[in-house]
Amino acid sequence: MSTIANSIFSPELAARFDKLVTIYPLKRSALIPMLLYAQDEVGYVSEAVIQEIAQRLDIFDLDVRSVLSYYSMLRTKPAGKFNVQVCTNISCMLRGGYEILDHCKKKLGVGHKQTTPDGQFSLEEVECIGACCWAPAMQVNYDFHDELTPAKVDEILDGYAAGKDGK
Amino acid sequence: MPRLVSHPDEVKVLSRRFGQGATNIDKYIELDGYKAVQNAIAQGDAMAGWIIDTMKASGLRGRGGAGFPTGMKWSFVPKTSAKPKYVLVNGDESEPGTCKDHVIFREDPHSVIEGTMIAGLAIGAKMGFIYLRGEYRYLLNIVEKAVADAYAKGFLGKNIFGKEGLDFDIVTQTGAGAYEVGEESALMESLEGKRGIPRIRPPFPAVVGLYGGPTIINNAETIANAPHILLMGGPAYAALGTERNGGTRLFGISGHVERPGVYELPMGYSLRKAIYEVAGGIKGGKALKAVVPGGASCPVLRADEIDVGLDFDQMAKAGTMLGSGGIVVLDETVSMVEFALRTIKFYQHESCGWCIPCREGTDWIKKTLTRVYLEGGQKKDIDNVQYLAENMMGRTFCPLGDAAAMPTLGFVKKFRKEFEDYIDGKKAGTPVMTTEHDLVGAGH
Repeated sequence: MSTIANSIFSPELAARFDKLVTIYPLKRSALIPMLLYAQDEVGYVSEAVIQEIAQRLDIFDLDVRSVLSYYSMLRTKPAGKFNVQVCTNISCMLRGGYEILDHCKKKLGVGHKQTTPDGQFSLEEVECIGACCWAPAMQVNYDFHDELTPAKVDEILDGYAAGKDGK
Repeated sequence: MPRLVSHPDEVKVLSRRFGQGATNIDKYIELDGYKAVQNAIAQGDAMAGWIIDTMKASGLRGRGGAGFPTGMKWSFVPKTSAKPKYVLVNGDESEPGTCKDHVIFREDPHSVIEGTMIAGLAIGAKMGFIYLRGEYRYLLNIVEKAVADAYAKGFLGKNIFGKEGLDFDIVTQTGAGAYEVGEESALMESLEGKRGIPRIRPPFPAVVGLYGGPTIINNAETIANAPHILLMGGPAYAALGTERNGGTRLFGISGHVERPGVYELPMGYSLRKAIYEVAGGIKGGKALKAVVPGGASCPVLRADEIDVGLDFDQMAKAGTMLGSGGIVVLDETVSMVEFALRTIKFYQHESCGWCIPCREGTDWIKKTLTRVYLEGGQKKDIDNVQYLAENMMGRTFCPLGDAAAMPTLGFVKKFRKEFEDYIDGKKAGTPVMTTEHDLVGAGH
């Protein structure tokens, strides 16, 4: 049961949010997790997501937008079903991170923060993802892939294309 | 998935449960888990003093980077407070070169939970938060499962371990992508549902922290050490390290080495041996050029400067920092101009924009180095970069400004000749970044 009439979220996510706002000393603490979990379900932080989260937390839309614009994982436009995030920060750069990024660009035919026409893949060059000792590394959605080579990237991306679950 | 590594010189205190399935609560208990917190509770009224004295005696210093003595930090929290007190565990690991907390969360999440409880008992808090960076979703799932298992056993919640009136709750939290949130005051802002910008201090978090209550904020590795320290005793832990640098720490060795990985070495261990013996030496038998010894924010060491012990004081004496323990090794093929640009590109991207010296300084250093890198530079650009970095130092509310300025100064001072030669058309190393690579992206 949702505390919000006509929630835009699935019953499961709505129930999760109902609980999430109760576990902190101040419910606004739920804002960043809610934005991320909403994005996971909807694909991006839409206007409707902003409105409902503001309503759930009793804050202004503007408060939500202010936080939304700060955090790099949050987006206001859809990404691909599989968002490929290649790290090129120092440890990855030293072990071929840029080669991996270039390979992904070529293979997917898209550049930084672009999505393939079929909506399957998007590509991002990202900052350090905390996999420095297993570099070069990337994330596809939340999955880590490390010690990459171009051949390994092909295998991984082909695996997603063949229908591995993106969530 | 993180590959576990091992070397005979390692002293496994924190990492002793790695690779043993300790994410399972019963396995963790079998391996002496949740014993330390019960020992503390058994101290009765002397509990808080006993924990803090043991932590002080251990010589443990903060593993996030600043190296502040942990026992002392805990002792700063006032005994009585009108507002609730909190423990906040910083798992927003984002310093380039650093992936040690990643391994702790994956291999031994209960040690973080138990450490959080111990910290809470020491200061009289009834609630702890474990904050993980947003990218670490799979690790958040592991930690959340571990927290749920601890609740199911009665280790968390009301009357923990059956002790009447002793309550402790843990809430896990995800970030959503922001290096700055790893700074303690920005971390509190983020946990309160705001943009991650720093707070002005004083007041310090130990007095006015999360939701206005007294708060201790520790790195996940620091916290995970607490149960081990209580079990082995403060002096025994201290004896593993060097003077004023107790114990061991996780060092992530990455870059151009044969066997990169996260190794647990005693404080004070030789940097040279860490690179040439523990991590197997330079990849492909090439020559060493430089080392960034404690995460991207630490000033670079040249190849002839690595005969130094890995503790906070010896590294400071060598003109750099132990930082987060992320040792990044650069071989002879690296262009320092490119490496300096890639480093400042990161800090420019992550500057929260609150303090002008950091916001403008990182941006202009990046712009200037980009021009140099793309071969439009002049000699005076090197002086300008140095001037900008020197004027960022100490002029910001949080350490991000310094974190960007310090490595920049290291690069242009120690490798000035290479920058001059680059401008003269004599390039060292083999740069890989091109204009195709978002060099002049907007940032922020």
